[in-house]
This record gives sequence, structure tokens and C-alpha cells, in this order.
Amino acid sequence: MDRVPILKLGDILIVTIQIDLEDQSVLALQEDLADTVVATGARGLIIDITAVEIVDSFIGRMLSTIASVARMLDAQTVVVGMRPAVAITLVELGLSLGGVRTALNLEKGVALLDHVWDRARR
Amino acid sequence: MTQPRELPIAGNGDVVLVRQHVRKVAVEVGLSLVDQTKVVTAASELARNALVHAGGGRVRIEIVHNGVRQGLRLAFSDEGPGIPDVQQALTEGWSTGNGLGLGLSGSRRLMDEFELVSEPGEGTVITVTKWAR
Repeated sequence: MDRVPILKLGDILIVTIQIDLEDQSVLALQEDLADTVVATGARGLIIDITAVEIVDSFIGRMLSTIASVARMLDAQTVVVGMRPAVAITLVELGLSLGGVRTALNLEKGVALLDHVWDRARR
Repeated sequence: MTQPRELPIAGNGDVVLVRQHVRKVAVEVGLSLVDQTKVVTAASELARNALVHAGGGRVRIEIVHNGVRQGLRLAFSDEGPGIPDVQQALTEGWSTGNGLGLGLSGSRRLMDEFELVSEPGEGTVITVTKWAR
């Protein structure tokens, strides 16, 4: 089973999914991320799906679950880089990823986290 | 041209292999990028369904013709417990597993044609087709 590496940059954890994910790898990533958030005290989580060709209901549910778990561990999640065809397919499939923040790319994802933290400080 | 091919669905790794082969044939048929993505997503849902609900099965992947149109047809079959109430199973959000209940209803929306044949105790065959535009 392939595992997805988790990078840390300041307060942010960055995960770039570059393989065709098996269900087992998806579940492992969910657990690895929760552990890493707690171990590092990260406040933000960026999941980059630029290279992901399809998001089915299983992977979609994983993204929602990670965002919910991270929120309970005091970290905000942003999914970045979704391809247009993936967005169209997800909506038609019936998944809207409610509760998951998205940004077009990594740069905008970091800016969105900064904005969220800024607002929380006020 | 790719000959019809049957792939087994016996484990999580097979779901990935089914996705990859379906993608390859979808490109060959000339589906648009959005339609390729829809077909591969539906294939992923239906392959996982066969695995979760029937303990596995297989899929036949073939190129079909209707006049000048080309299409991609996938037939998922299993020898699982079958579906007692097909109408209910096609209802969005209805699930016997621990999923979201989007697999069947969602796959039907993503494809052009959808046919489900099932008898309790006799297994299930789901045939879906997407036509190139």
C-alpha cells in the first residue's frame, strides 16, 4: 500500500496526492493526518489534488471527514487544485463537499488560511 | 482497437486497475475530458459496490457502436446476495453499507444508459454506457 507524504511548512501541513489512491491508502492518510496535526500542533492543512484525475464518493467523503477531524483538533483545512472536470463530476454525483474550504491553487490556499486566522484573532 | 476485456474485482487494488483501464478505453472512444472523468468515477463507484456488497465480481469493458456513434459500455457482475428492492437501492442516500448511498444513484446520473438486473440470491448485473458526442 502506498502512503502519501505529509510536509510541514510553519503552521501548515501540506499533502500532495500524486498517486491513484486505493481505499486503504485513503484511510491511512486520514489517520496519518490526524496524528500529524496533533504531533506538530499545526493550525492549517492544505490538501493538493491537482494531480487527482477523479474524486469518487469514497475520496470525497475522506476530504469531508479530514476537514471535520482537523477542525476538532484546532486546524483548518483547504482543498486546492481541483480540476474542472472533477468539480463537474462531483456535483453530478451528488457530492458538494459541504464544510470543506477550497482554493484554486496552493498560493491561494495559504492566503485563505491567513485570512481565516486573521479573522479569528480580531 | 482494444478488444473487449474482462477484469476481476477482488480487492482494493483491482478497483484502481479498473479505473485505469476504463480511462484508457474512454480516451480511445473519443470521450471528452469531462465525460472521461464521469465514466471513470462511475466505474470506481460500481467496482467498489461489487467489492463491498458482493465480496467481489468482475467487469466487462467494451467499445460499442450505434450507427456512426462510438460508446463505452461497462458490465459489472457479481454473485452476491442480489438487491431485493431495486427502486429503493437507486434512491439517493439509501445505503446498506457504510457509504453515502451515492454509488448507484450517482453512477446513473453520470452515465447515458443504466440497466440493473438483480434477483435476491442470484447476484447483480449492472450495465452502463456512455456515448461520445
